[in-house]
Amino acid sequence: MALKTEPFVLNIGPVHPSTHGVFRMRAILDGEVIVDMEPIFGYLHRGIEKLAEERTYTGVIPLTDRLDYLAAMSNNLAYVLAVEKLAGIPVPERAEYLRVIMAELQRIASHLIAVGAFLNDCGAFFTPFLYMFREREKIVDLFEMVSGQRLLYNYMRVGGLSQDIPNEFLPALDKFVRQMPGFIDEYDQLLAKNEILLARSKGVGILPRELAINISASGPVLRASGVKWDIRKVDPYSIYDRFEFDIPTGSAGDCYDRYRVRVEEMRQSLRIIKQAMGQLPPGEVKSQVPHLLHPPVGEAYGHIEAPKGELGFYLVSDNSIAPYRCHIRAPSLMNLTALREMMIGWKIADAIIIFGSIDITMGEVDR
Amino acid sequence: MTVALSGREIASKLEQQFPGSIVESNENSLVVKSESLPELASLLKIAPDLDFDYLTAITAVDYYDYFEAVYQLTSIKHNHSLVVKTRCYGRDNPTLPSVVSLWRGADFQEREIYDLMGIRFDGHPNMKPIILWEGFQGHPLRKDYL
Repeated sequence: MALKTEPFVLNIGPVHPSTHGVFRMRAILDGEVIVDMEPIFGYLHRGIEKLAEERTYTGVIPLTDRLDYLAAMSNNLAYVLAVEKLAGIPVPERAEYLRVIMAELQRIASHLIAVGAFLNDCGAFFTPFLYMFREREKIVDLFEMVSGQRLLYNYMRVGGLSQDIPNEFLPALDKFVRQMPGFIDEYDQLLAKNEILLARSKGVGILPRELAINISASGPVLRASGVKWDIRKVDPYSIYDRFEFDIPTGSAGDCYDRYRVRVEEMRQSLRIIKQAMGQLPPGEVKSQVPHLLHPPVGEAYGHIEAPKGELGFYLVSDNSIAPYRCHIRAPSLMNLTALREMMIGWKIADAIIIFGSIDITMGEVDR
Repeated sequence: MTVALSGREIASKLEQQFPGSIVESNENSLVVKSESLPELASLLKIAPDLDFDYLTAITAVDYYDYFEAVYQLTSIKHNHSLVVKTRCYGRDNPTLPSVVSLWRGADFQEREIYDLMGIRFDGHPNMKPIILWEGFQGHPLRKDYL
């Protein structure tokens, strides 16, 4: 006699350690297996796009810090690039190099959290996470030296940077760049071929190449599905065309590939930082910019390869001191589009890993 | 370097296939009639020399007289991009055709525009608020919302 069963609705989140913020998954379960899932978000909506319309162009920079709060430097960079494109403002060479150094350090810091949290979700409870926080701490110390802040840096300005780096920055950065490859090797020794990790993440949560492109995925999620697409290479902004680096890609598009792509990207970022340190010129870090910007009437879309994917700002100017419209193209939001398909058919424990492997920040999804 | 295609050139190409579908065009972008958007979008996606398989972003801007939806399209194969715009008039129930059937990436973004700007997308499979809570009155990104 067949046992009569019925589907069961389980709310995972909004407040749950594995949802990396206030995110809710309304999962419909058949036993332990997910048969349907609806992502529900918006709990962290602060109306940043609307707030930006009430502030001067420089006044928006601190708001951008609060988008992806694990990668505030990258958000600053994307925004100031869009404003510079809109108003046609030049940037001094030294500032360009420092921007690249900061953006790549930020990528390493963000990937450390992404990988650490992913391993946490896999069940390696907090040991790898704290190893990675040890290294992230060194990056945060470097950012504290230059900006005085440890999370929301507000460091970049339209036309350059808020201030030059202090004398002790470069020796400390040099020490970090020499130490870090050893730490990455240490993680790989512990984890890359770990049988439990392989069993949990290989072939799990596959995002096929065609679907990844169709849902506008970007960053490591897109590259893990085998698409060689990195804004730093395909549409070089700032001075990225002067550096040599590779774009790591995956082939299967599963959780393991997304994890590997992030680890390899950290190595590539270190390569870029080393080259930028060697070429860093002396000089000014900010060009002459009026206190109140009045960009000409028009629009501009500036985008960068942020740690989580393509971060873009679409700005419309009406020649006043505030943006007429400021739209933020957030990578985390788009990367979530296929979450339902990736999860269906997997068990709850796998769904947590799949979600963790996408690496989202709710500040950016909800804005 | 991603090549930004000239809106004017693409507009003249599209105009040959679908006469009367283009409102205006300049070097940076082209504005199409909203009722022609589905055919034009599928042509932009399918035509082998254009091949816009990647929808980078959609947004909407409130210009008081009309709402303007802005589509940033990219081709991964050819590494070129294009900005397509379309307009809808009236503030009570502005409607535009949805492009979710072509680019799934539009799913959350169209819902967000519906939520914050109040533009309804016809043909979207799940047109309901995404960010604000159920029963929220008004559309905060409109210029007359204070």
